[in-house]
Amino acid sequence: MTGPAEVGNEDYSLRVNGAACTVNDAWLGESLLYVLRERLGFLAAKGACEQGECGSCSVLVDGALVCSCLVLAASAIDAEIVTVEGLGSPDSPGSLTDVQQAFIDEGAVQCGFCTPGLVAAVHDLLDRTPQPTELEIRESLSGNICRCTGYGRIITAVQVAARRRVASS
Amino acid sequence: MSVHSPTSLSGALDALAERPDAHVLAGGTDFMVEVNFGHRRPESVISIGRVAELRQWSFDAARTAIRIGSGVTYTELMRSDIATLVPALAEAARTVGSPQIRNAGTIGGNLATCSPAGDTLPVLAALDANIELASVSGVRSLPFAEFMVGPKRSARTPSELVTAVTIPVTTGWQGFAKVGTRNAMVIAVCNAALVVDNAARSVHVAMGSVGPVIMRPTDAERWIADQVDWEAKRLSGDGEAIVAEFARRCSAGARPIDDHRSTADYRRHAVGVLSGRLLKRAFA
Repeated sequence: MTGPAEVGNEDYSLRVNGAACTVNDAWLGESLLYVLRERLGFLAAKGACEQGECGSCSVLVDGALVCSCLVLAASAIDAEIVTVEGLGSPDSPGSLTDVQQAFIDEGAVQCGFCTPGLVAAVHDLLDRTPQPTELEIRESLSGNICRCTGYGRIITAVQVAARRRVASS
Repeated sequence: MSVHSPTSLSGALDALAERPDAHVLAGGTDFMVEVNFGHRRPESVISIGRVAELRQWSFDAARTAIRIGSGVTYTELMRSDIATLVPALAEAARTVGSPQIRNAGTIGGNLATCSPAGDTLPVLAALDANIELASVSGVRSLPFAEFMVGPKRSARTPSELVTAVTIPVTTGWQGFAKVGTRNAMVIAVCNAALVVDNAARSVHVAMGSVGPVIMRPTDAERWIADQVDWEAKRLSGDGEAIVAEFARRCSAGARPIDDHRSTADYRRHAVGVLSGRLLKRAFA
C-alpha cells in the first residue's frame, strides 16, 4: 500500500469486529461501505446517499462514529472497524443489544433501512453520554435520516435504552 | 491507483514531493463524495489521517495564540480548551454536517477545499488567522486573506500540505451564525463570524457564501468601531439604529450570486440580518 504507484487492483486486510478480513483484488478507490457490504458480506450498514447525508452506513472507526461511505477503505487498514454486527456481546453472537431491544419494544422500526445506522449512532451516544437530554439525543441523531417514523418513537427508544442501562449498572 | 498512508509529517511531505499530482485525503467528506459519484477517479492518494503531528493543537505560555494542526476534527474543535479560547470556531464547527461528518472532517480539509461556504473560514478570516503550509522545501505562513484566492482556490501549491492554522487569542465577545434549511446537514446559504477585539477596540466581521472568497465588510468594521462605548462595552446611542445601519453596511459588503442553494438577493439580505444579530449579542 505504501509502495510505488501501481495500476490495477490490490489485496489488503481490514480489521472488522475484532477479526482480520482479507479484501482481494479490490480497486483502491472503493469506500469502506462498499467493501463491507460487497466484498466482506457485512450487510448491516446500508448504502443510500453515498455522500454522508443519510447516516444509514454509520459504523465506528477507531471508536469514532463515521459514515462508511466517506471512508476510503484502503486508508483504514490499521483501524479498528466496528459494524452493527459487532456491537453485541461476543459471548452470545446474534443476540440483540440493549439498544436494538429498545427499538423493538418501542416500535422505533418501520421499514428498517435506517435502523442499523441509528443503532450505531445510539450506541455511540450512550457510551459517551449515559443520560442524554432530548436535545442531546436529537443532535446526536441529526445525521441519521428516517423517512418512516417521524423520529418520536426513535427518541423514546433511546430514552428507554438509557434508563435500562442506568438501572442495570 | 495507489494509496499512501504516511504516519509522520516528513513522510507525508516526501510522498507529496514525489507525486504532487496526488490527492491529499484528510477526512474524506468532500473527496469521497466525488469518488463515489464517479466525478473523480484518483490515480494517487496520500491519506494524512494517521499523521499524529497534524492532529495536535497547542497554545503559547501567555495564551496569546493557539496553533491548531490541520488534522484536528470539527468534533475536537467543539471540545475543551479550543472552545474556551476560540468560541466562535467551536460554534462554527458545531454547525458542520452531523456528528458523523464532524468526527471525520478536519479544519485543514475545510481550508484546503476552500469553499466559500466552508463554515470555519469566516471565523479564521475574522480573526486574521495564519495558515501554515509545508513542503519538503520548507514552511511558509500566509494570512487567511492571502491564502484564499477564489472559490475552491487557495494559494497552496500541489507540493504543499496545509499543516496548521495559528489563531490569535483575543479578549472580547465572538460568535458565529449561519442560515440553512435545517440546523444539521446543511451547507451554508450564508454564514458570518463576528469578533470583538477589546484591546484593539475593533470589531471584525467575515461573511461566507456571499462572494468568491470570505468577505470582510471593511466599511462596516470601520464604522462600527466608532459606535461603541469601549469603556462600557456597549453600543453608544440608539442601539437599534446602530444595529440596522451595521446590517445595511455588511449587506453592502457582500458580493453574492444566484445558485442552486439560494439567490443573491436573499443572501445579501440574510447576511446583513446575521451580522446585525451577532452585533446585538456582542454588545447585549
